[in-house]
Amino acid sequence: MGSHGGFYQSKEFLDLVKSIGECRSKAEEDRIVLNEIETLKRRISEPDIPKRKMKEYIIRLVYVEMLGHDASFGYIHAVKMTHDDNLLVKRTGYLAVTLFLNEDHDLIILIVNTIQKDLKSDNYLVVCAALNAVCRLINEETIPAVLPQVVELLGHSKEAVRKKAVMALHRFYQRSPSSVSHLVSNFRKKLCDNDPGVMGATLCPLFDLITIDVNSYKDLVSSFVSILKQVTERRLPKTYDYHQMPAPFIQVKLLKILALLGSGDKHASESMYTVVGDLFRKCDSSSNIGNAVLYECICCVSCIYPNPKLLEAATDVISRFLKSDSHNLKYMGIDALGRLIKTNPEIAEQHQLAVIDCLEDSDDTLKRKTFELLYKMTKSSNVEVIVDRMIDYMISINDNHFKTEIASRCVELAEQFAPSNQWFIQTMNKVFEHAGDRVNIKVAHNLMRLIAEGFGEDDDTADSQLRSSAVESYLHILSEPKLPSVFLQVICWVLGEYGTADGKFSASYITGKLCDIAEAYSNDETMKAYAVTALMKVYAFEMVAGRRVDMLPECQSLIEELLVSHSTDLQQRAYELQAVIGLDAHAVECIMPSDASCEDIEVDKGLSFLNTYVQESLAKGAQPYIPESERSGMLNVSSSQNQYHHEASTHGLRFEAYELPKPVVQSRIPPTALASSSELVPVPEPLYSRESQQVASVTSVSDAGSSELKLRLDGVQKKWGRPTYPSPITTTTSNTTTQNTTNGVTQVDNLKTRDTYDSRKTPVEVCSEKQKLAASLFGGTSKTEKRPSSGGHRISKTAYASKSSDDISSVKAALVQPPPVQPPPDLLDLGESTATSSAPPVVDPFKQLEGLLDSAQDNSAVNYGATAAAKGPDIMSLYAETAAGMETSGIAYSTPTNRDDLLSGLSNPSTRSVPGGTTVTQPVQFSKGPNPKDSLEKDAMVRQMGVNPSSQNPNLFKDLLG
Amino acid sequence: MGIRFVLMVNKQGQTRLAQYYEWLTLEERRALEGEIVRKCLARAEQQCSFVEHRNYKIVYRRYASLFFLVGVDNDENELAILEFIHLLVETMDRHFGNVCELDIMFHLEKAHFMLEEMVMNGCIVETSKSSILTPVQLMDKTS
Repeated sequence: MGSHGGFYQSKEFLDLVKSIGECRSKAEEDRIVLNEIETLKRRISEPDIPKRKMKEYIIRLVYVEMLGHDASFGYIHAVKMTHDDNLLVKRTGYLAVTLFLNEDHDLIILIVNTIQKDLKSDNYLVVCAALNAVCRLINEETIPAVLPQVVELLGHSKEAVRKKAVMALHRFYQRSPSSVSHLVSNFRKKLCDNDPGVMGATLCPLFDLITIDVNSYKDLVSSFVSILKQVTERRLPKTYDYHQMPAPFIQVKLLKILALLGSGDKHASESMYTVVGDLFRKCDSSSNIGNAVLYECICCVSCIYPNPKLLEAATDVISRFLKSDSHNLKYMGIDALGRLIKTNPEIAEQHQLAVIDCLEDSDDTLKRKTFELLYKMTKSSNVEVIVDRMIDYMISINDNHFKTEIASRCVELAEQFAPSNQWFIQTMNKVFEHAGDRVNIKVAHNLMRLIAEGFGEDDDTADSQLRSSAVESYLHILSEPKLPSVFLQVICWVLGEYGTADGKFSASYITGKLCDIAEAYSNDETMKAYAVTALMKVYAFEMVAGRRVDMLPECQSLIEELLVSHSTDLQQRAYELQAVIGLDAHAVECIMPSDASCEDIEVDKGLSFLNTYVQESLAKGAQPYIPESERSGMLNVSSSQNQYHHEASTHGLRFEAYELPKPVVQSRIPPTALASSSELVPVPEPLYSRESQQVASVTSVSDAGSSELKLRLDGVQKKWGRPTYPSPITTTTSNTTTQNTTNGVTQVDNLKTRDTYDSRKTPVEVCSEKQKLAASLFGGTSKTEKRPSSGGHRISKTAYASKSSDDISSVKAALVQPPPVQPPPDLLDLGESTATSSAPPVVDPFKQLEGLLDSAQDNSAVNYGATAAAKGPDIMSLYAETAAGMETSGIAYSTPTNRDDLLSGLSNPSTRSVPGGTTVTQPVQFSKGPNPKDSLEKDAMVRQMGVNPSSQNPNLFKDLLG
Repeated sequence: MGIRFVLMVNKQGQTRLAQYYEWLTLEERRALEGEIVRKCLARAEQQCSFVEHRNYKIVYRRYASLFFLVGVDNDENELAILEFIHLLVETMDRHFGNVCELDIMFHLEKAHFMLEEMVMNGCIVETSKSSILTPVQLMDKTS
């Protein structure tokens, strides 16, 4: 539309664009741009440059900055251009300024005046241009300069202006909420605007407002619901349709808002059920945009007060997503699963194999998303498998940002669900070893505390076993060349405290190791401090035990070195060590009692041990002690606060500083704090009473059951963890399948799903491995499901002791056991046939289009003598895939003849003579899309302009859409 | 604020259009573009159209030689953003007719104008093609 006539640009500009377009390397591009900068610097400040020319210069400046070079020399010219009368020139000026300057740039002040003027313009396009600039350039200080005009424009006759005025106000709200707090009601008004564009835009600020303060907007629930209803009933103008969906982007925004409003509000949620349910039915599940809206519906359903019907619909959509061949849909499915799992934990089990497929996919995005899901569904029965997997993944990646994230998640899960302390320590070792410098120091302190406190007070043998194993594992790890210092601190502390406790290792061995550490990390003072203190402990324990202390020569030299250290801390530690060694065994025992790190130190505040001395002194005629509170009459500089208050009230003047407000202390218990476990973690009820309770919530049964079986162990670990979500007691939503069906029926279900997957993944062995993994992850198959629910009674009646061991090693058991149900071969075949017919993969039309495009492109590459042979098979397989997809989905995008075309195109170069015109019939949606004739014309025109499609960049001329 | 930036980058990794909805310095932009383009271009056709990068999630889509990359917040609907990219391309296609990389290069400001109509403050504000294009085309006529 008129754009072909747009080649009015000068030869110079065309040459620039052409040369940039044909660059082969960043260096070449940089050279061109630097050259351009020189030219522009010279030209742009010449007098009397025509408008058109100036506009072109400014665009060239935009290019310069876009390609990563500084164009600040020309900013002022862009600012000047905003003053121009010509609309196009003015708007280009505004555009350039918004691209160049941030809102705090000095030049902005020169534009505010222009903006003010333009906001008053009669031409609504000028007003729009100015409002665009307002959104980008006005900062907190300049808001008052334009605010009245912007508010006035909310009532402008042109909808485009009203829309932009709303967004300008939204921007002010983002920048400085207080500046527009009195104007917030305008957003409510604009929601009822006649124009759907204005209404749609208003949803953006309302979303922000509702996020911050839900309760003030509860009254709008019915409005939003009715808007959404009207949208789905196609009451909006046709122009808002996108791929046969009525205003899908507005639907998405509305669903987001409804999710906020309905969260935790039964009443509000109930009014949404109908419209969301309609959406589930109406959405076109064969298009991307339909699926986008469906996904948003799931998000909404998972946020609002649960409704069984909607949850069922959501579950159906999720399973469709997960079964799809499109990675995008799988990704959305995994994400949706993670959202729904909060209200409906057992749905993950239905999709265990799909989840594991995603976990093992080579696509990193999908893998990471799946880890996120696993993180959300971790419980004590599957924590070992999940954390092991996470650690493996953590080791395999290089990205520090994600490494940190995964490390902290591993730690969190391990703290919360560790099945045994031994496992916890081993896991921590791994995390520290591979991401040590990225974990919080608190984690290290927790680990030390765990080792010190062990299982509990009455089980001393287990405690010492734990400690010995920790010591042993650390001595082993010390042979590694480089360890993170946080981890080494833990190691030093443990070696000092328990290194010689079980008598397995001699003091000289341990001290030797400690000296090695101090030497190897000699520029880390904290490290050295830990090492010296550990040394002192080892020596002290030796003396208490009555053994002679033989200080190794390297220890001696280390201490001598530290005695003259620059660090006073290290000096003091060294002197203390020397002093302790000089004492007798009894004194040392008092100073350094063994294994007393967790004992409370009692402080005798009353100094009662001095009583006899005081009595003696009094008897000798000393003055008795008068408590401070009774000394009010005396003039004392260090008088108590009471006195200050007293004096203040009498004199009326206060010279001392006001007291600092006292921080509220108790409310925030850090997750790692050693707080009373009963408050933080809901103590699971005894299994017996649970059973008689008719298993109200299936959700927490397996969890509660297993944690119960694990006795005190869990209680200990959970001290440091936070509970993830309060155990969802959702009596209404408790899934009927697991509850009512007998084990046999569920088994059949499992069988079915497995079959379909089996058929998809041909190697059966791989599959059984996956099943094992699935079983250990989800505890999923009927075997494990049985234990907490129906098998509970029996187990509880039989051996109590065997139970705990059984559960701790449940994962091992699951792995050792043959997968509960091995599909017989004939069933497999059956599965194969059903899979192809019953599960049509959702085909993403664009994906296909892209696929076709790509093959077309590769063809052209072939044309230019690129690697034809290497590409060939790929294209074929790619095509075969899409073709198969199309056939099953039943959408007639292409016919078998097309396949022939494309394939012959591959083998026969002559069909490739038309660039840009692919030989494939296009989907209906793009009927206006590619047109070979058009492309050829454009191609010819561009050639005329002197821009020749060179062999270097053949794709430059390919139309984007076809 | 959902959308943090919109980028158009060709197969060689050269930026063809860049619009940021939060301020980044020139150096930051350069580094960010380099990193994410490297990440996205390395991905295979059948892999997800989404990539996580630092705190962003990048939704990308390829049209012929040109990649459209949109950086969004973590809680954005990726699939909807993917379709938003397509809407942008369809809109440009309607305006330019068989839009190609060169159209965007020669009419950089027009491409920006369209984007300005569609996205403000990082939010999608307009999705009707006619509402997006009317001001752009009126401007063409008047000047």
